[in-house]
Amino acid sequence: MSASLVHTQSWIQFDVSGLAEQFWNNTVDGLAQGGIYALIALGYTLVYGVLKLINFAHSEVFVVGAFATWITFYLLGFRSGATPDLSVIEIIGFLAIACIAAMAVSGATAVALERVAYRPLRNRNAPRLVFLITAIGASFAIQQTLKLIFGLNQQPQIRLLQPEPLFKIFGAQVTNIHVILFVAAVLLWFIADYFVNKTRLGRGIRAVAQDPDTATLMGVNKERVIIVTFLVGGLLAGAAAMFYMMRIPQGAIYNGGFLLGIKAFTAAVLGGIGNLRGALLGGFILGLVENYGQSLFGGEWKDIVAFVVLVIVLMFRPTGILGESLGKARV
Amino acid sequence: MTTIRDRWNNLSRPAQWAVLVPLVVLIFFLPDLNPPIIATTGTDFPTAMFDVARYALVAIGLNVVVGQAGLLDLGYVGFFAVGAYVAALFTSPDSTLHKIPYLWTLPIAMAITMVFGIILGTPTLRLRGDYLAIVTLGFGEIIRLLADNVDPLRGQIGFQAVGTVGGKPLFADATTWYRVVVLIIVGVLLLVGNLERSRVGRAWVAVREDEDVAEIMGVPTYKFKIWAFVIGAAIGGLSGALYAGKLGFVNNQSFDVVTSMLFLAAVVLGGAGNKVGVLLGAVVVAYLPLRFVQIAEYNYLIFGIALIILMIFRPQGLLGARQRLLARGRQAYHRLIGRGEQVSGESALSGDHGRVG
Repeated sequence: MSASLVHTQSWIQFDVSGLAEQFWNNTVDGLAQGGIYALIALGYTLVYGVLKLINFAHSEVFVVGAFATWITFYLLGFRSGATPDLSVIEIIGFLAIACIAAMAVSGATAVALERVAYRPLRNRNAPRLVFLITAIGASFAIQQTLKLIFGLNQQPQIRLLQPEPLFKIFGAQVTNIHVILFVAAVLLWFIADYFVNKTRLGRGIRAVAQDPDTATLMGVNKERVIIVTFLVGGLLAGAAAMFYMMRIPQGAIYNGGFLLGIKAFTAAVLGGIGNLRGALLGGFILGLVENYGQSLFGGEWKDIVAFVVLVIVLMFRPTGILGESLGKARV
Repeated sequence: MTTIRDRWNNLSRPAQWAVLVPLVVLIFFLPDLNPPIIATTGTDFPTAMFDVARYALVAIGLNVVVGQAGLLDLGYVGFFAVGAYVAALFTSPDSTLHKIPYLWTLPIAMAITMVFGIILGTPTLRLRGDYLAIVTLGFGEIIRLLADNVDPLRGQIGFQAVGTVGGKPLFADATTWYRVVVLIIVGVLLLVGNLERSRVGRAWVAVREDEDVAEIMGVPTYKFKIWAFVIGAAIGGLSGALYAGKLGFVNNQSFDVVTSMLFLAAVVLGGAGNKVGVLLGAVVVAYLPLRFVQIAEYNYLIFGIALIILMIFRPQGLLGARQRLLARGRQAYHRLIGRGEQVSGESALSGDHGRVG
């Protein structure tokens, strides 16, 4: 096997000059993509922080949001094809409607998932592997339901907002979509961080993450906290889905969540799972690394870069860059 | 259920064999009998039976990893793919490598997948539980993406005429292939069964039940986890090579994560840690969609829902793993108590350690 591999050089490149050339383009694109990862990663991180559970079906919560976005656009009368001529106010209005719809549907899916699949297991004190297998089953079930309803192919793209170059950084074109994605990710992360750290419910989440039994004794309603955690994760995934569809309008496909889900999970682990700041940092870093890798090794190696990062992080620093800390006392 | 199991455990070894041998013979000749209700209508029955047997072999291999050693492996299809590609690279006229007879590729496929098992296991088996699961998932995807991207592996075009010797396939009909796989399954079951009763098997059970305690009691857990991985990988590779030989064609399309999940569903559904259970699970997962073609479209949905329901109501699977005395303990128990040993249905999947929340 190795003999033939050595003689063939074309299937992988090591294009340093290409990377140097594309560096700033990759940076801009990576930050936008990383924002999406960060928003999905927040859902993984919150649930993991509270329940020590990898919510494998979270990627499906995201996909449901993508479909909700698409259906909202469709119901609002938009079809695939030319981008409609809308004023800024109209665009913002329609996008806001789609965002709210996606957040509602994703949030409801996440809560339903918790009620139907995870709560019965908690009531039975099931071990952790059982939760993971259930999550896989739920992920399967949601994915296949979407496939039965919408078919195998991706939905035709509907674009409300055409990417338009705004300004240049070091020669790299920055479009309005890049800016929106980056700002939205940081803003939503900030809201989530504020919610968890500064509000009463957020204090409940941190308390349960730290010690569920003591938190219950102190009067925290554990079940409600868990529901809220899933709900917040779902809402963020729904918003992420809407912004993702802005970037990749043909993104509504039944199995579209798998890769994104794994990458978002990678981002969460990279930053330190259970840590909201880590999710944001991990998302951006993964987006950047992936895009640099794409220039360096060629586009078809993009996904492998993410998986290799995941394996390396788990091997050398499973607690991630900022450490696991939803429940820990924090500054 | 329990009474049947007790009665079975009370039987002596020869009596158990007296039941098992005719059963194996019956299974062996199943394609010839072509029984009216069991026979598939949509697909050719021997081909369907080969598919079931292939799943059974995969399930036995994955059961070593998931059921016996308690390591959740979501990327098992990666080993299966490696086996299939080894068979393809050494036998297909499309590959540039030196050709060897197909049957030689079976041990080579096993050896190479074992190497892959070590490569994957050495770094990742330091992790536990969910982290291990996600890393193995990543590994399975890396293998698939390599098959997509590395040119000598020919991506979607794939390899034609895998397993042909001098232009002809090794076995002309699916029935022969089925019989070969059944014989291999019997052989692998004997080997795995012996392993289970050996020191290795006891170490696996200890790791599965409580890794920390096992380590404290002097079990070199890391070493035995790698062994479980390697042996599971070899069986997966063997199964992949057989699949490639039977189908005669390998490309990158049949090794996605969904397949991995289906393998896992077979093991978990049947009862991780129970050899008979996982065989039953494999039959359910592979046979039902082939027999009832009208549900084939829904089969992933059904398995997804079945996994959720099963985990809630019967986490140990249809036939749970048995905690039993291994090796000589069996005879000793008989002599002392005068009846079969007491078995409990507890396993890593139903025990009460490592709870969530």
